[in-house]
Amino acid sequence: MDNNYFVDSKKLSKEALAKKHELENNPASRADIMAYLPGMEQIDSDISAKVLAEVESYDPDSYTAADVQRALDHKNRSIEDLKALLSPAADMFLDEAARLASIETQDHFGNTVYFFTPLYIANYCENYCVYCGFNCYNDIRRVKLNMEQIEHEMKIIAESGMEEVLILTGESRSQSSVEYIGEACKLARKYFRMVGVEVYPLNVDEYKYLHECGVDYVTVFQETYDKVRFEKLHLRGHKRVWPYRFDSQERALMGGMRGVAFAALLGLSDFRHDALATALHAYFIQRKYPQAEISLSCPRLRPIINNEKINPLDVSERRLCQILCAYRLFLPFAGITVSSRESKSFRDGIVKIAATKISAGVSTGIGDHESKYTGKNAETAEGDEQFEINDSRSFKKMYEDMSEEGMQPVLNDYLYL
Amino acid sequence: MNKEDKLVIAGHEFSSRFILGSGKYSMKLIEAAVKYAGAEIITLAVRRANSKEHESILDYIPKGVTLLPNTSGARNAEEAVRIARLARELGCGDFVKIEIMRDTKYLLPDNVETVKATEILAKEGFVVMPYMYPDLNTARDLVNAGAASVMPLASPIGSNKGLCTRDFIQILVDEIDLPIIVDAGIGRPSQACEAMEMGVSAIMSNTALATAGDLPKMADAFRQAIEAGRKAYLSGLGRVLSRGGAPSDTLIGFLHD
Repeated sequence: MDNNYFVDSKKLSKEALAKKHELENNPASRADIMAYLPGMEQIDSDISAKVLAEVESYDPDSYTAADVQRALDHKNRSIEDLKALLSPAADMFLDEAARLASIETQDHFGNTVYFFTPLYIANYCENYCVYCGFNCYNDIRRVKLNMEQIEHEMKIIAESGMEEVLILTGESRSQSSVEYIGEACKLARKYFRMVGVEVYPLNVDEYKYLHECGVDYVTVFQETYDKVRFEKLHLRGHKRVWPYRFDSQERALMGGMRGVAFAALLGLSDFRHDALATALHAYFIQRKYPQAEISLSCPRLRPIINNEKINPLDVSERRLCQILCAYRLFLPFAGITVSSRESKSFRDGIVKIAATKISAGVSTGIGDHESKYTGKNAETAEGDEQFEINDSRSFKKMYEDMSEEGMQPVLNDYLYL
Repeated sequence: MNKEDKLVIAGHEFSSRFILGSGKYSMKLIEAAVKYAGAEIITLAVRRANSKEHESILDYIPKGVTLLPNTSGARNAEEAVRIARLARELGCGDFVKIEIMRDTKYLLPDNVETVKATEILAKEGFVVMPYMYPDLNTARDLVNAGAASVMPLASPIGSNKGLCTRDFIQILVDEIDLPIIVDAGIGRPSQACEAMEMGVSAIMSNTALATAGDLPKMADAFRQAIEAGRKAYLSGLGRVLSRGGAPSDTLIGFLHD
């Protein structure tokens, strides 16, 4: 079974539609995913080669129950152990893996759970990523908030009690310039204790500039580490350049950021290979930059506007749990974020096993926090969402629920230095 | 040794030799540490207190308890100094525990940067308590830099592995004239007791308590273990034979002059 990604908007011009179909149907019309575009900085790094060497030789079916048992028994788990924990053979050990993972999480993080909320400030995008609601051919309401509107949104979020914010944009340098993002981050520093960004990949000097604007954490999802699949899903735009995206975290650290986050969008390709690649990407970065705080996210595909059919395919909640246990057992010290793509019941359960950070009071739309938080109609236009969320609990509700679950919500554990 | 056997840090006297660490913070933990372990010093991560909720955390620290802000999150001396100054501004007093880590996996302290930060902060009048990897040369540098105590780790922080660095801590106890406070890695009361028997001045612990099934009971166990170890140290431990039995006949009976 595969996802049915392609949807044609009636509003596209004949030329645009022809171009879209050409990209979808004729691989020769698409750019080389390994070729850097002008302005993209190329750094000297061997990390992608190391990750790919492990991932390409990974055969999940070759691991046995004995391999999994050995992996569970080890105190410090190797790459081989990680591979076993991600294999089909590990399914029958899920209970045991969860129990061990919860001990590791307890040892490193206690019973704490960190809160954050994403803030989308613009949804213009120059990429055609076929599964994403923001893709340039999708007919959605596009909005870019001005500084006044951004500040208004931040005030509303901060008043709810949230102290950590993740600033997001669609991937459009022309609509959402680095300076625009930087100014938004300076504003965020006024309202929040901790500011992260999830924006298009940047060069080292641009990350340095954002750091000076008050940002210390950078999230970039590779989406899929499988280059063949990547090529078929990211048909147009700078996002197609696989290696530039892969090296984003390293450039961010070179630019002075404190922490970086990694993820594959599960459901795009074989999830076992992608989960392995994500964990190893983080692992090799941490070995090279031991001071870096690393964290992993685990997004699964969700329906988007104009395409309700997109789903996470074979990545069931059970599989997702297996992946998160493997992440925790392999990288006991890493942060793990579980977003509002997942259900209330899943998030309530997984924070006791492996997750350390969850979002609350989430909107993936643009400029709609006031209407979503207060029910009041927005005065300005709202932009459409990137994807449908699943768990829509408010900050207050999440705080109460987590406390009831015996967890200790932490709103901030960070200083900008 | 003062008659009442107080722990003295830069002229401040404490009856308790248990210090609560900050790693896994909860109100229940603070309560148990103060009430049942007798803690008179409680560590507070300044970065954690950098929250709108910080006032409630500070409010929860009982009166009479000394707050020990730490510099966790600092990756070098300069950052540690900035955090210490911020702690003072927040009204946390003059005590500061220096923690400088450039490693997010094991959270091992950077001794070189720690000495630098100690020197700067001691000059600014802070009571500086540096967390360090047990190394005699570094400990001597810390003494010269104006530290008020030396806080070697027993094993990686949060690991509950006990006295992995036992022999090196013993060297510090034997050679350094400041209170040696074992910080990080103590996972059981028996390990705390053993460290106290070795002559260390106090124990800092957090995870061992925070992850216990019954917090108050474990806190009480730590108090008793630390007191027992201290008494054993003060009373002078009986000798422990390392090889064979003690010969009843002398080996030097052949010496005639």
